[in-house]
Amino acid sequence: MSAKEFMEWSSQVFDEVMRASGVKRGVDKITRPIWSWALRNSLFPLHFGIACCALEMAAASAPRWDAERFGFVFRSSPRQCDVLLVNGWITSKLRPDLRRLYEQMPEPKWVVAMGECAISGGPWYDSYNVVQGVDTFIPVDIHIPGCPPRPEAMLDGFLKLQDKIRHSTKGTFLED
Amino acid sequence: MAEMWINMGPQHPMTHGLWNLRVKVDGETIIEAEPVVGYLHRGWEKLTENRTYPQIIPLSDRLCYGASMSWSHLYCLAVEELMGVEVPERAEYIRVIVLELQRIASHLMWIAAYGTDLGLLTGFTYAMRERELFLDLLQSVTGARITYNYPRIGGVRNDLPAEFERDCLRALDFFEKKLDEYELIYDGSKIFLMRTQDVGVLTPSDGMNLGVTGPNLRGSGVKVDLRKTDPYSVYDELEWDMCTHPDCDCYARYRVRMEEMRMSAYIVRQALSKMPPGPFRVKPPRNAPKRTAVARVEDPRGEGLMYVIGDGTDKPYRLKVRSPIFVSVSAVPAILRGYKVADVPAIMGSIDMCLGETDR
Ligand code: SF4
Repeated sequence: MSAKEFMEWSSQVFDEVMRASGVKRGVDKITRPIWSWALRNSLFPLHFGIACCALEMAAASAPRWDAERFGFVFRSSPRQCDVLLVNGWITSKLRPDLRRLYEQMPEPKWVVAMGECAISGGPWYDSYNVVQGVDTFIPVDIHIPGCPPRPEAMLDGFLKLQDKIRHSTKGTFLED
Repeated sequence: MAEMWINMGPQHPMTHGLWNLRVKVDGETIIEAEPVVGYLHRGWEKLTENRTYPQIIPLSDRLCYGASMSWSHLYCLAVEELMGVEVPERAEYIRVIVLELQRIASHLMWIAAYGTDLGLLTGFTYAMRERELFLDLLQSVTGARITYNYPRIGGVRNDLPAEFERDCLRALDFFEKKLDEYELIYDGSKIFLMRTQDVGVLTPSDGMNLGVTGPNLRGSGVKVDLRKTDPYSVYDELEWDMCTHPDCDCYARYRVRMEEMRMSAYIVRQALSKMPPGPFRVKPPRNAPKRTAVARVEDPRGEGLMYVIGDGTDKPYRLKVRSPIFVSVSAVPAILRGYKVADVPAIMGSIDMCLGETDR
């Protein structure tokens, strides 16, 4: 038995024992709220301005709306982010890059589609170069309608995302 | 040292919008640059051929979201010329007021973004705070924050609300005091001065040959401002000065924009006091004659031009847009050559990119 195999085997046994003895459920129950609290209160959206709605994104992080009080800090590198905020129309040229950005983000990650363009193509619904909504190639969690949505709407969307995380995160320690 | 290409974009904190700057570097020095645009191309000009004339106004709002008002105004100017519509005088004054408020908001957005580029986060928060003041004013007139849909062919959609003059004057008084504060922050910051002075020099001859317009060209000391040199609306009835700066560098462009904000506030005050009563809108015809028309305006970013061909129906046969930033971007290789990679955000920030109109 090589060292690697031993590692695998031992962690399996550990897992089995925890499961069988019911310790896992207890640990999950204790850690679940902590995990989900930490996840939802430190959402780092990607600082990626596409079009008009990016201005409202900037306004939301400016003094009047101050998104940082809810824990949204815009980061510039997809490696440091867990929310992809799509705020504009997606053209055929942008589409592969956006997909790539999404794949570069570490798990767990969420996608917020902001504005009509990101939802369904918006005013450019009959354009030859605009993708009809970001959910055609990336799974979307929250849609924020508006053209552009006001910063309040954007913050509301992010609070909805927090709700969603609260309801969907299990204790990730020793996942079922 | 070996030369290599670096891609800055499409997702890069420097870009302010969606484009890609490829620079060829030798060590730290840029020897060649190549802007790649087109990430936002949505076939605007083609789309307009399937819309009736009034339907295009909201689309032209979304051409440049930093200055929506001036683009929908430009579109209305072009179509008014095509249809031969006379705009009532009150509407012209209202347009000048909202245009100048929009110019202030757009320059404030620029200053805020430039602050974050150069590490002046205080500047960002201050400028965004005052920008809300002007967005509130525009919202009280038009009902929206950045995409207004306000100018109409033959006037404007609605009159100014009651008490607008009082609110506007109050906001301007407050804002002019704050402008001094910005100058303290920006001009008092050694880092800002070091990163902008003598960086990104655009010589007047280069600027003119490459077709650069707007504050970028005025920052090179060239006296070109369509509001003065080819007046439209009622700009020739108002008294104001063109703002130029002879230094040709990033700092000069910053100074020009600061001065322009002051000048815009001055213009708004004048227009408010001179505004005549009367109707604010006339009814335009539904179909355009078989003709062509051209209109050009001084956008906050440079000279915008629209060329429209009517074919007797209620839809344009062709609508061509000349975007100031598309031209300025093509001057980027000439500006960037010889500077360091670390100067790229300072130089590109000073151009005031707006990709929506560039890619159309
Ligand atoms: S939804 Fe409207 S405001 Fe937002 S990016 Fe699209 S066109 Fe612009």
